Amino acid sequence: MNILMKTWTVITVCCSLFLAGCTSVEPWVKPYERAHLADPIMNFQRNPVSSAYMTHVYQAREAARGAEGGHGGGCGCN
Amino acid sequence: MVVAVVVTRDHFLFVLCLLCSTVPALAGVLPDDRADVLYHSYDGGGVDITGPSVLVLKKIGQNVAVSGNYYVDSISSASIDVVTTASKYSEDRTEVSVGADYMHGDSIMSIAYTNSDEDDYESDTASFGVSMDMFGNMTTVSLGYARSWDTVENNNDPSFSKDVDRQNYKVGLSQVLTKDMIMELNYEAITDEGFLNNPYRSARYVDPTSPVGYSYEPEVYPNTRTSNAIAVRALYYLPWRAATYAEYRFFDDTWDITAHNIEIGYIHPLESGWILEGRYRYYTQNAADFYSDLFPRQDSQNFLARDKELSEFTSNTIGFTVSYDFVQNGWYAIDRGSVNIAYDHILFDYDDFRDLRKKNAPVGKEPLYDFSADVAQIFVSIWF
Repeated sequence: MNILMKTWTVITVCCSLFLAGCTSVEPWVKPYERAHLADPIMNFQRNPVSSAYMTHVYQAREAARGAEGGHGGGCGCN
Repeated sequence: MVVAVVVTRDHFLFVLCLLCSTVPALAGVLPDDRADVLYHSYDGGGVDITGPSVLVLKKIGQNVAVSGNYYVDSISSASIDVVTTASKYSEDRTEVSVGADYMHGDSIMSIAYTNSDEDDYESDTASFGVSMDMFGNMTTVSLGYARSWDTVENNNDPSFSKDVDRQNYKVGLSQVLTKDMIMELNYEAITDEGFLNNPYRSARYVDPTSPVGYSYEPEVYPNTRTSNAIAVRALYYLPWRAATYAEYRFFDDTWDITAHNIEIGYIHPLESGWILEGRYRYYTQNAADFYSDLFPRQDSQNFLARDKELSEFTSNTIGFTVSYDFVQNGWYAIDRGSVNIAYDHILFDYDDFRDLRKKNAPVGKEPLYDFSADVAQIFVSIWF
């Protein structure tokens, strides 16, 4: 448990430091170049209720669990 | 800036606050208003599971979105475990979830609560998450924490009641790589503490005094488990308005289980409002260090498992989804509507779990078990 908490804390602190120092990064894909990314087919969670169901189907029959994704957001298309 | 690392649970929330405070405010995006009604069916290995799932997501004002999900599993089970050591049963599991998202600048904070209830198992989960868009909305970083409180009961013993506490820690990164490609990286650690085995399941051991050559004893699992999973996914837009995706996930835990899965898929829209998707998934895992199909004698070790989900096996899934947008350009209050049919066929091949329905085989030499499952979904999605 201690190792887990240490790992977790180090990851999040490193993320904080990294993000604090990188606030001036220029986006290399401009907003007007994101038409393809805005297409509904370019969404990891295109069918969230169906994805959640399949995750449940696999979790009930496999030992592996976690990191299934679905935290949303990402392409900044809107 | 923070340099000292103090390992406490409160520190997790503190780091979240730190992360929030060091990121410039841009513009986050709440999910679209939508409603989904799904009916699902699973048929495989002697198990039939059907039921509905209803999801509603609605924005309230500019900065808040609320969601609710109602899900039911109606289970009729005559699985190989049930056939060989128990009797067929039926039960329902009902799951209700509510959640809320609050957007502030480029950050979205989420809270959710889920209750899952069945005859002999109840689970309550509370979760908190934060995600932030940054670098010109090309990057989304998310953090999440969830805690579950479960109660395990036994329908054959009204006095039996055991607790399980579970904690989930998630980190996610979603990144626009090019104007045609997006990827995401997710890590999740889960810790469990409490009664982690199924109170009905038994382990098998060699018993020369038994007419069949073996007997059963209750499974015994460790009281703790910690697992780590990391997954990378990529989605690529093809030149002819189609998309392809790929996923890889690595998993390991303190029970010495290691698992890998890959998935690839292809999404092809047609001009008439149809969208076709095909996919393939491969999964493999090794066994928990306390798993055996046949233990050499009774009480041969401290922990005993004969759950096939903890054995060494592989599975292959091939599936497709067909979607049709029946509302494409708005109709009264509906912006868009689609009807969808999905089907997946899964083949499970076990490397160390034997089919005990074959009575004439020598003990420990019975044929290995395998089965296939048909998973079907039909659902309607409406955006409003």
